[in-house]
Amino acid sequence: MLKKHKPKLAVWKFASCDGCQLSLLDCEDELLAVAGAVEIAYFPEASRATMRPPYDLSLVEGSITTAHDAERIQDIRRVSKSLITIGACATAGGIQSLRNFADVQDFINIVYASPEYINTLATSTPIATHVFVDYQLRGCPINKMQLVEVINAYLNGRKPNIASHSVCIECKRRGTTCVMVAHGTPCLGPVTHAGCGAICPAYNRGCYGCFGPMETPNTSALSTQWHETLGVDKDDIIRVFRGFNAFAEEFRKESDYYESAK
Amino acid sequence: MSSTPNVGEHVIVKRADFEQLLDALNARNYQIVGPTVQEKAIVYDEITSVNDLPIGWTDEQDKGRYRLKRRADEALFGYVISPQSWKKFLHPASLRLWQAEQTDDGFHITETAPTAPQYAFIGVRACELNAILIQDRVFMHDTYVDPNYQSRRTEAFIMAVNCGQAGNTCFCSSMNAGPKVSAGFDLALTEIIEPDRHEFVVEIGTELGAEVMGEVAYQTASQAVQEQAEQIVTEVASQMGRLLDTTDIKALMYRNFEHPEWENIGNRCLTCANCTMVCPTCFCTTVEDVTDLTGQQAERHRYWDSCFNMEFSYIHGGSVRSSNKARYRQWMTHKLATWVDQFGTLGCVGCGRCITWCPVGIDITEEVATIRKTDSALLTRLREK
Repeated sequence: MLKKHKPKLAVWKFASCDGCQLSLLDCEDELLAVAGAVEIAYFPEASRATMRPPYDLSLVEGSITTAHDAERIQDIRRVSKSLITIGACATAGGIQSLRNFADVQDFINIVYASPEYINTLATSTPIATHVFVDYQLRGCPINKMQLVEVINAYLNGRKPNIASHSVCIECKRRGTTCVMVAHGTPCLGPVTHAGCGAICPAYNRGCYGCFGPMETPNTSALSTQWHETLGVDKDDIIRVFRGFNAFAEEFRKESDYYESAK
Repeated sequence: MSSTPNVGEHVIVKRADFEQLLDALNARNYQIVGPTVQEKAIVYDEITSVNDLPIGWTDEQDKGRYRLKRRADEALFGYVISPQSWKKFLHPASLRLWQAEQTDDGFHITETAPTAPQYAFIGVRACELNAILIQDRVFMHDTYVDPNYQSRRTEAFIMAVNCGQAGNTCFCSSMNAGPKVSAGFDLALTEIIEPDRHEFVVEIGTELGAEVMGEVAYQTASQAVQEQAEQIVTEVASQMGRLLDTTDIKALMYRNFEHPEWENIGNRCLTCANCTMVCPTCFCTTVEDVTDLTGQQAERHRYWDSCFNMEFSYIHGGSVRSSNKARYRQWMTHKLATWVDQFGTLGCVGCGRCITWCPVGIDITEEVATIRKTDSALLTRLREK
């Protein structure tokens, strides 16, 4: 009998901090099981050994910020049967998408001693803007157990159990008292995609939207409540929506609204 | 006095002897759950002594707002109601239902037997007790019984406490669900606190309650004291922060399915599902099947779900209730109309949690009033005149 073919896994990096792909190495207990279930064919962060394409499953971290990367993602898509984006950079453009709201040349001139060496695009865009993506896993960083779940679902040919409802449900399930209602702390939980397990409210902090917009976010109703009842300044509302998921459509629209109203 | 009181009798327990009540429950191996201060709120959690109770604390509630405050006295139950109800113990937010293993000729399922602690609930309010009775109908008195709920519920000891004050979001009187505890308790307390007097008038509800009381120092309550306790709860009934006119409510909801107010609510509703999570009668769950990476082992888990989630009404082609408006309407119409057809009672007990814990303060009592004021039938009659 032929040995069952183990799917070949590749992990790719674009403009990002590496935190999401490190979540895979951070799996510890599950890492050996993952390594046993797939052939780790390309993962420079973990191993120098690489296997030639094609790959069954590509995990892509990071956003597209250079012309070179815009070409490279096309090549990766061509050699990948399935392509899954992981983390806020790959799914929404990341914190570096703040350049999309300004002139990138201004940033370059401030940050770099020799700006003439910098060759970059004017925008930071999610992977799905460039190629077809089979699945998007949210988070800054992603939740490692959700990453294992996505790989698991892929291996077993089923839909991943990843909920797209609000963070509020995670707070209520774990019994955390609402920080917005009980403490008056501004919290993005009601408009933010679940997945982190509601960590910040459990430590008496408001959610700051690391997992991006939930399935049906009513950002204007929330920001109106913040402004009118909690007394949050309009500039602060812009800053809160311009975080790791600043360029995600619903968050972008909300911050743009307050900026245009200035 | 050390003999066991009779069911229906009223006795007095002094504040100094209150600990004995908890001791008696502890001796019977109950896991005692009651109000306690955590993260600037009075929540229900495990307690071990009277010192864990929110002594001298109270809560101020309004739409979208809750604040913990100091009281002028040392009352044990001088607050209104906690952020979440007893639902989190009787109908837990997450639960493993079964495990399965792949075998040579298929797969083998091992059910997870209900293994709940034997709970004693301290401080159950009248509205909450009515909510428990409503969930009893849902989980135990229908064709299909939920064994997890049943085992937790039938083992639970209920020490109810009549309200000494009404909150700003309370409307139990309107829903005929309080503030006086009337049935379904083992013991029902009314706290009396005066400058030189701090005691509890206890009504014995069951034989079990009587047995527990038999292990505690108590005195017979005079007619005068019973009347004083009665007076406290009668006053609370007149302090309700909110009112909900339930006249013909089912028909009102049904005939206003297309009322313009739904659109208005939809613009404000976050679809965050907080109202359904804190509601003591909401019971919806979803199940998730998980496997290990090899597919050899599988498990089924159950989680609280909400009609505000898109997945909840997802069928082939998309979610049936995709707009905010449709989802709020579904929830409110269920509470006040379709629940009646389904279970024979209203699905709301007027605890006010959905008002307090809505981050943007949507108020079900205001919404009913708005719809009633511009009721389509009323408008039609006016037009005909």
